[in-house]
Amino acid sequence: MTMQTSMDVTRRSATTTPSSSIRETPKVAKLIDESKCIGCKACQVACQEWNDLKEDIGMNVGVYDNPADLTASSWTLMRFAEVENETRLDWLIRKDGCMHCADPGCLKACPSPGAIVQYANGIVDFKQENCIGCGYCVTGCPFDIPRISKKDSKAYKCTLCSDRVSVGLEPACVKTCPTGAIVFGGKDEMVAYGEKRAGELKERGYQKAALYNPAGVGGTHVMYVLRHGDKPQEYSGLPADPKVSPMVSLWKGIAKPLGVAAMGLTALFAFLHYVRVGPNDAEVDNDKH
Amino acid sequence: MAKDIERYNESDRVNHWVIAITFVLAALSGLAFFHPSFYFLTNLFGGGPWTRILHPFIGLIMFFAFVSMAFRFAHHNKMTDSDKQWLSQWRDAANNEEHKLPPVGRYNGGQKVLFWVMVACMAILFATGLLFWQPWFAGNQPIWLVRAATLLHAVSALVLIIGVMVHIYAAIWVKGTMRGMMQGTVTDKWAKKHHPLWHKEMSEK
Amino acid sequence: MTNHWVDIKNADLILIMGGNAAEAHPCGFKWVTEAMQHRKAKLVVVDPRYTRSAAVADYYAPLRVGTDIAFLAGVINHMLSNNKIHAEYVKAYTNATFLVNPDFKFDNGFFSGYSEEKRTYDKSTWAYQRGKDDFVLVDETMQDPQCVFQLMKKHYSRYTPELVSKITGTPKEQFLKVAEYIAGTHTPDKVMTICYALGWTQHTVGSQNIRAMAMIQLLLGNMGRAGGGVNALRGHANVQGITDMCAYSEVLPGYLGAPGDGDVDRETYLKARTPKPLRPNQMNFPQNFSKWHTSLMKAWYGAAATKENDFAYDWLPKRDTAYDSLAIFDRMFQGKVNGFICQGFNPIAAIPNKKKLGTAFAKLKYLVVIDPLRTETAEFWKNYGAFNDVDPSKIQTEVFRLPSSCFAEETGTFTNSSRVIAWKQRAVEPPGEAKVDSEITARLFLKLRAMYKAEPGAFADAIQNLTWTYANANMPAPEELLREINGRAIEDVLAPVDPKAPPVPKGTPPTVLVKAGEQLPGFAMLRDDGSTACGNWIYAGCFSQAGNLTARRDLADPSGLGNYPGWGFSWPANRRVLYNRAGADPAGKPWDASRRGIAWNGKAWAGVDVPDIAPALGPESGAGPFIMTPEGVARLFAVGLMNEGPFPEHYEPFETPVGTNLMCPTNPKAVSNPAARVFKGDLEQFGKAAEFPYAATTYRLTEHHHFWTKNSISNSSVQPAQFIEIGTELAKEKGIHNGDMVKVKSMRGEIKATCVVTKRIKGLDVNGKKVHHVGIPIHWGFIGVAQNGYLSNTLTPYVGDANSQTPEFKAFLVNIEKA
Repeated sequence: MTMQTSMDVTRRSATTTPSSSIRETPKVAKLIDESKCIGCKACQVACQEWNDLKEDIGMNVGVYDNPADLTASSWTLMRFAEVENETRLDWLIRKDGCMHCADPGCLKACPSPGAIVQYANGIVDFKQENCIGCGYCVTGCPFDIPRISKKDSKAYKCTLCSDRVSVGLEPACVKTCPTGAIVFGGKDEMVAYGEKRAGELKERGYQKAALYNPAGVGGTHVMYVLRHGDKPQEYSGLPADPKVSPMVSLWKGIAKPLGVAAMGLTALFAFLHYVRVGPNDAEVDNDKH
Repeated sequence: MAKDIERYNESDRVNHWVIAITFVLAALSGLAFFHPSFYFLTNLFGGGPWTRILHPFIGLIMFFAFVSMAFRFAHHNKMTDSDKQWLSQWRDAANNEEHKLPPVGRYNGGQKVLFWVMVACMAILFATGLLFWQPWFAGNQPIWLVRAATLLHAVSALVLIIGVMVHIYAAIWVKGTMRGMMQGTVTDKWAKKHHPLWHKEMSEK
Repeated sequence: MTNHWVDIKNADLILIMGGNAAEAHPCGFKWVTEAMQHRKAKLVVVDPRYTRSAAVADYYAPLRVGTDIAFLAGVINHMLSNNKIHAEYVKAYTNATFLVNPDFKFDNGFFSGYSEEKRTYDKSTWAYQRGKDDFVLVDETMQDPQCVFQLMKKHYSRYTPELVSKITGTPKEQFLKVAEYIAGTHTPDKVMTICYALGWTQHTVGSQNIRAMAMIQLLLGNMGRAGGGVNALRGHANVQGITDMCAYSEVLPGYLGAPGDGDVDRETYLKARTPKPLRPNQMNFPQNFSKWHTSLMKAWYGAAATKENDFAYDWLPKRDTAYDSLAIFDRMFQGKVNGFICQGFNPIAAIPNKKKLGTAFAKLKYLVVIDPLRTETAEFWKNYGAFNDVDPSKIQTEVFRLPSSCFAEETGTFTNSSRVIAWKQRAVEPPGEAKVDSEITARLFLKLRAMYKAEPGAFADAIQNLTWTYANANMPAPEELLREINGRAIEDVLAPVDPKAPPVPKGTPPTVLVKAGEQLPGFAMLRDDGSTACGNWIYAGCFSQAGNLTARRDLADPSGLGNYPGWGFSWPANRRVLYNRAGADPAGKPWDASRRGIAWNGKAWAGVDVPDIAPALGPESGAGPFIMTPEGVARLFAVGLMNEGPFPEHYEPFETPVGTNLMCPTNPKAVSNPAARVFKGDLEQFGKAAEFPYAATTYRLTEHHHFWTKNSISNSSVQPAQFIEIGTELAKEKGIHNGDMVKVKSMRGEIKATCVVTKRIKGLDVNGKKVHHVGIPIHWGFIGVAQNGYLSNTLTPYVGDANSQTPEFKAFLVNIEKA
């Protein structure tokens, strides 16, 4: 669906050589200002409308989060958390969805060449025609975002409306947000705006307000401004210091070349052993007495 | 000329080759997902999605076939002090100096170790594979468990593959071994040389 | 709204109480976030539930449902006792200085003049003292014990923070904190806006809730100023337009009081509605009532309305009794109604006591439902299991369904909460056989008229003589209708003769202001001699000779205050902020230089808005800014208008969890609003706390719009199924876990739904007793793509506000148990 040319793809899954990297496209970012978010779910609906998705009509399971979790058809979801301490009650509402990590764990974990790509503008996108449905991206994601469709066994997640962005539009959720809680622009610009907002919130009395742009994944192209920036976990488990799981790093990092080397060496040693020692044949009896 | 000795009956051999074939298929399809340089292997199975679909089923056949074989041979693979002695002298074995080794029964120490390594690998592969089998079971586990399972699956597969490479090479290196698993019999000389205690046992029958 | 949506961005403090703007008005809420970011405004939310508005607020305080007046009265007391009022404003722009009849009394819950038998007040003592010139006597020092200021001070001194806390359940510190926030805007450089909605109107004291807030805004000097006002957030895109155009029986278009049986002729009718000024030099704008009314009659009856036949006054229906919705359905319930035409209305879901409504419909001979959607009302006779357990074989009502169009399928106007009339174009054709509502009405009318012609019955004149000059009689075009509403000159409209001007030489032609046949530029051109026609005087000017001003889309905002004078047309007269004269001090200088509305420039009123006063009427005239009252000032003391008293007073909801009114504990007759109407048989339908111990309230969720969007998959997927909400303490007491099915029962019925157990609803300490709330979102029913559910008004009581008859959906009693 997207309009990008291959020059826009700067990183591909399961590809060991560099992808096209000559474009100096400015990086984009979406900023979600939690202090302005009223949990209206317009972004959820806009996402479905733009992407022609239909979510099932489920049941109420005792919370305002509907559907109860991200699905292959719900790429963004409002998560509601009631957090109470001695001084105040907070109803923390967070728009959950793909964070578009600069260093994406999903892309690292994906075994299928070109099923996950990163564009020059920073957007991480799934190419369903290359997706084999293995679910490795799910294990690779530090934010637990991708979902495998029950209908077609392909992985889905927010595309940051790469199709809209490629023709100069903002993502559908940004367009629809009634309170200006979601804004979109250049990454640097958004970082600056987010830091300004955090400063303003500090002035309002939220001493720990902060921009959430976690370094553990190289920064993200979807960022939050959090009133309680010191406790991101309170926002329905937003990780405080997200990193690609060490297990995944091990498996998709050092294990890959080491494993291949180990197998290759085994074959090589066997061959050399045969060349050096020769066959062990009972009929010939070359056993050295 | 001494009579040939039956080492594996028909049922043993079929069991083994079912495992061997499914192992090759599982390894090739698994390796396709392990490293980009092996991804071309998915073409053998009809492309990426088919490889993803087939691999667990192949693995399942392999696993159950292996369970059957493990039950057949487990009692032959009990480790003894003599096996430990054999293992400590593995260099002699590698250098074709079998006469220096303690006499071997049906299986030598190396074979026994390989057997138990395979048992462990198969068990791990089965258990961990189930945990991230798309689309059946993967969605129901906590994500950390799936991550650990994926890692363990890869590691045990690697160990198994290396183990099988050793196994295959040993069969090539030690002449006359292959026919034991193909036709079911080995020569008297072969048995006497490589498994003298077993040879004695079989001769007394 | 006295102000408008965009103007919220000019506030320093935004109070959301009696509403939940973030959830019910998410798009307008952008102006709240705008004010918070750019004006560093504070947001304070007072609500029984910690809502999504509270989630982004600076401060939240809970209160018990139905105790808003006690809370606001406490705020008034706090402001008066700490002298945190805008004294100059209060003295100049309100009736604080006016002297009140010494016979006016308030004693133990009753104002003077109460008749227990009739449940009404004789309001004659709620009056001003008049001088020999018939003007009201005033005491500029505001020291006279009979002046409104002193009476008000005395009345509200009873609302101490302790007592307020005992009644409302709001912890005293939290109440005081909110009072401090509000009182903090009494200085001329600070402004507060208040956003309310059905959380204040849907009570038996609904109108007084709003009056209490209006008093606070007047005391703070916040009326007529950018960023201030009393702002009703309307729930539909065009509900403002509906009330403006009169979709109900008490008024005619433009809020002209409709005649009753007592208005035997035009003269009597006009006299009763044309006030005389109560203070010298006041504009007393309602003195023009006869012009508005006569022009309306000319719009309706054209040439048939003549001076000789009193401009067809006799053809207007005269109300013999109440015709509000509760009264109509009660009569239907009694079997006194044959047929009912229901257009864009789903009463079985929208009027309290579903069982009573269902029974009432079953007594009709016919029911016509005109609606774009399938509605529960149209299928009231069909069995939907527990959700609508009726026996169709026992219901003989014949139901006709006429499919109409949805908003996007018709061209016309929306009038939003800001009073801005905005033209819109049809986006798609109505599906199938659906027709736009105006065509359905037109065809119905033409058929009726033909029938009257064929077989003349009683009183055919009113129908036979109606003007019907549309190009296509079956389909009046929206432009034609809007032109008619705006009004035109039938004859040349002449400049009025100024008695003070020097006499003009004989033969000088009179100045023609509007030529015959032209569209009127505004209501100032309306005449009561039959020379003008106007379908709604407050809309005059929206479709003038300059064209359709409602279709304007000019984004210019010269003042930076967000008035956008070239966007649509704001009634009245394209004025964006009502009472804007009060935004300047008596000398005509804006109170706050950073938010200048209009100012006196020495010759005229001018500024960023259309002045809400005669442009040349300077400060020296002494004309007050509240031109719609004969006083010229705003009423802290409401003479004659309110049915339960001139000062808002706390009364418990009709179903009260505490049983007594702590403001008058020894008067069992004044527990609840003594002037609210209770129908025969409904009193027995009120529950008592012993059996139904929990205070319940109904409300809307942001994901849905009333009972419409349960027909939409998108809305339904993000809020699929009915639920009720209770606090963690009550849940623990009742052994209810999050996600359990529960049964909620009131005196009138029961519903079953999933239970959401939340920390956001707290048990409140009310006079030493723990009062728990049960929250009941509406939106579900037995029609639509969402999971079927129970109509929430299965539970609600059949009683309304003493003035507007708006049903008390927001405070009643229930019991709850695990299903």
